[in-house]
Amino acid sequence: MEPLLLVRSLKKRYGQVIALAGVDLDLMPGEVLGLLGDNGAGKTTFIRLISGVETPDGGSMHLQNRSIDWKRYTVSSARKLGVETVHQDRALGEKQPIWRNFFMGRHYSNALGFIDANRERREVAEVLKKTLGLSGAGLHPDAPVSVLSGGERQGLAIGRAMFFDADLVILDEPTTALAHGEVEKVLRFVEEIRQKGKAAIMVSHNLAHVHRCCDRFVFFDRGRTVGNYRKEDLSLPELIGLFTGFASEGGLG
Amino acid sequence: MMGFLYENRIQAAVTFILFFLVFLFMLLSPQTFLSGRIYMAYMATIPFAGIMALAMTFVVTAGEIDLSFPSVLAASGYAFAVFFELTGMPLAGVLAGLAVGVLAGLLNGLLVVGMGVPAIIATIGTQFFWRGATILVADGLALSLTEIRGTLFHDLVAGRLWGIFPAQFLWFAGLFVLFALVHSRHVFGDAVRFVGDNALAARTMGIAVARTRILVFVLMGLCAALSGILLTTEMASWWPTQGEGYMLIVFASVFIGGTSVYGGAGTMYGTLVGAIIIGIIEAGILASGLSGFWTRMVHGCVILFAVSLFAWMQAGSRRL
Repeated sequence: MEPLLLVRSLKKRYGQVIALAGVDLDLMPGEVLGLLGDNGAGKTTFIRLISGVETPDGGSMHLQNRSIDWKRYTVSSARKLGVETVHQDRALGEKQPIWRNFFMGRHYSNALGFIDANRERREVAEVLKKTLGLSGAGLHPDAPVSVLSGGERQGLAIGRAMFFDADLVILDEPTTALAHGEVEKVLRFVEEIRQKGKAAIMVSHNLAHVHRCCDRFVFFDRGRTVGNYRKEDLSLPELIGLFTGFASEGGLG
Repeated sequence: MMGFLYENRIQAAVTFILFFLVFLFMLLSPQTFLSGRIYMAYMATIPFAGIMALAMTFVVTAGEIDLSFPSVLAASGYAFAVFFELTGMPLAGVLAGLAVGVLAGLLNGLLVVGMGVPAIIATIGTQFFWRGATILVADGLALSLTEIRGTLFHDLVAGRLWGIFPAQFLWFAGLFVLFALVHSRHVFGDAVRFVGDNALAARTMGIAVARTRILVFVLMGLCAALSGILLTTEMASWWPTQGEGYMLIVFASVFIGGTSVYGGAGTMYGTLVGAIIIGIIEAGILASGLSGFWTRMVHGCVILFAVSLFAWMQAGSRRL
């Protein structure tokens, strides 16, 4: 089986700061990968490159067996290749209604660019009710995102990514700053991605969450991939031991 | 019905203010405000600032500001007048005027987006630049365009249909419908909202943020040019201080209309009503027998009342 995603020596720097010094990573179809590392290890930069938000300074990527031309690789081309991303900051416009946020950057529009708002409202109402189970008061497609709780916002961001039927769902810190009940909901979403046979990359600081949801773990340190473990070879305590040793000493010893 | 009113409470409030003022003027000066002529006069004068207020609604929704438009209006009006005089063809003048407007908008956009100069600072600079450049080129002298009065072009853009109805109001109304649709239902309007609301999220979700920001400045320049062409045609003359009085009127219209100064939210309808409110006050005061000295203070009262009301409405719906 060919890998869904194949990344080789990916590099990115911001001025003097080297965010990625050379990352190699493979991902098979249907595989759920946990991406681990300390703050500043380059996880979020990696996600932003894969999802087309930013362009790397070097390195290659194959996605769905296609070689990626970085000059032409944008958020919308990533989407066309089946990559959906739930960004760390949720990427929502608070003053805008839920339906606009849901279709942000990819509205159903006619040849003149006018949006089919009724169709979008209808589809969002369906997703809110059925998929997300968000049917609280005021949770209709026209409600602004500002009235949603942190968990509801994360649910909306994940529901948005799921709706577009991706082959690869990327989640950057999906459980950070959520209440306990909401975390459970998010983890079940991630498990659902696997059940549907789709691949996922999950970035998280919470090792218990990662261990529960993922098949494989990759460690980043100062912009490089430094470790790669299968779940069956590594219990949660072992994962925690590895991670702490690694975060404090900056190496796998 | 109540739900609809609540959803559109800012529009409802600004409409109420307008009706209240018209009713007040009718009481104070029935002979003027119960006949049609005053309304025809309003329809002749409101479009000049109104067109720019509509464009400014896009600028403010995108979280930007443009202080250069009065000078862009004058520069475009001058280009229009000169090219009309040179060629005798109004259309050549229109193209020249619009080209200057687009160029000025593009310059603002490149300064703000390309160079990273804050919009308020960049457009103070271009405000001086365009006024100064125009006065320099025009040698500080006004131009008379009396020969434009007989043309079909004059009838179409600033004539009086059936002898009374100002043609410019039709252009203004058409532009309002188009802009309202684009602001609320077009992908460009949607991009403008997200850029003003959360530019980082917009970029992350694949909205062309830089292009959108440049385009709102170009649109503003284009509309300032349009306004300059209409004004020069209506008055059949161009003068060096053209447009100077519109600065505060345009912003007042936008903010009375309920558009958020923080970006991300606004309504074209609110701006339309805001422009009408600002546009009727002066004549209303004069017709009521008060002196013109009242005008600015009443403008101030209406603006303060409207923006306080909106702030109060926002505070009521905020969930912390």
